[in-house]
Amino acid sequence: MDALVAQLQMQYRNYTVSLYQQGFLDERFTELRQLQDDKHPNFAAEMLSLSFDDSVKHIGNITRACKDQTGTVDFGLVDVSVHQLKCTSSSVGAKRVKDLCVTFKEYCEANNYEGCVRCLQQVDIEYNTLKTKLQDMFNLEKQIIQAGGKVPQVDGH
Amino acid sequence: MARDGGVSCLRSSEMLNVGLGGMESPPLDLDEVHVLAVDDSLVDRIVIERLLRITSCKVTAVDSGWRALEFLGLDNEKASAELDRLKVDMIITDYCMPGMTGYELLKKIKESSSFRQVPVVIMSSENVLTRIDMCLEEGAEDFLLKPVKLADVKRLRNHLTGDVKLSNGNKRKLPEDSVTVHALLPPPPALTLSTDSSDSSPPLSPVEVFSSPLSSQEDDDVLTTSPGSSPTPEESMGRRQKMRSPGLD
Repeated sequence: MDALVAQLQMQYRNYTVSLYQQGFLDERFTELRQLQDDKHPNFAAEMLSLSFDDSVKHIGNITRACKDQTGTVDFGLVDVSVHQLKCTSSSVGAKRVKDLCVTFKEYCEANNYEGCVRCLQQVDIEYNTLKTKLQDMFNLEKQIIQAGGKVPQVDGH
Repeated sequence: MARDGGVSCLRSSEMLNVGLGGMESPPLDLDEVHVLAVDDSLVDRIVIERLLRITSCKVTAVDSGWRALEFLGLDNEKASAELDRLKVDMIITDYCMPGMTGYELLKKIKESSSFRQVPVVIMSSENVLTRIDMCLEEGAEDFLLKPVKLADVKRLRNHLTGDVKLSNGNKRKLPEDSVTVHALLPPPPALTLSTDSSDSSPPLSPVEVFSSPLSSQEDDDVLTTSPGSSPTPEESMGRRQKMRSPGLD
């Protein structure tokens, strides 16, 4: 049992560190972890989950705003949703999505339709990739706990 | 305890038990710091609430400036007179909100007689100097960059407990510099509080800050001793420069 726990813990550590190194997560995620305690053992995961719900909503709004049938895109409207997407990503440490939103905002401000459409596609990919990777990470945590072990603290270094 | 502790407690908890639609209404203890948090983002609201709870604050979290005004009783001129004993020690608000911005909320709070002395802290994801200046000039206590860290909230908390209630009822604020010093140095040691006949708080425990209007005599004192809501440009500059490096403590 201990060997299994040790192996899972190592797997978990490596995986989590790689998420930080590849820029999926930043120190904000670490900070949310540090707010966890016995009464709030899943605080970071819960915040991520809420943020993902928000992100889906904002991406949906951006998509609708960019698919305007009349041929005029309300860049102001797109900008508002991109800002909200950036904020929610920043709040939970979703670094790649947040960084993309910075570029996205610039395209909005320049009224650059092609740029916006490209960013929208990328944001969608990044959001889904992050969601999958975090699900894998949280699954590893569950496996460690089920094997009787403790989830190691990993801060990305 | 404060002079009118019993009455304030009763009114406050009565007021809070009036359904305000999904808002948290913590039972109030006058020794505890009560913070009103305003943010339209659910994630940010939950996080700021967690940060405040970790630093031993009671929290009421609302999702808009209008809800904040409603909670404070400032949305209805007639109601405000009855709600003037609501104890709020600090208001922390997001800047960028639909409908009413944090800046607009700040202005309304500073325009009210009941709550203009409550420290208002603005949070923003954008480090825009003109925005920071504008908020400071309107009387904001501090300006935090989002995402807000535990260290930021601890600093605010320490600042709140640094407001000392002297034995003659005057409320003295620490020198202006101590606010900015906190951004760079570890918090100063907790102050020993002088106690008056009605204040039996032990040293190092949180004190009621200068938020609730008390007797008319103290109102006068508060008016003359509390800091003006419009810092000089030099003061704004000094605070702004210090605030350029959030999270250093």
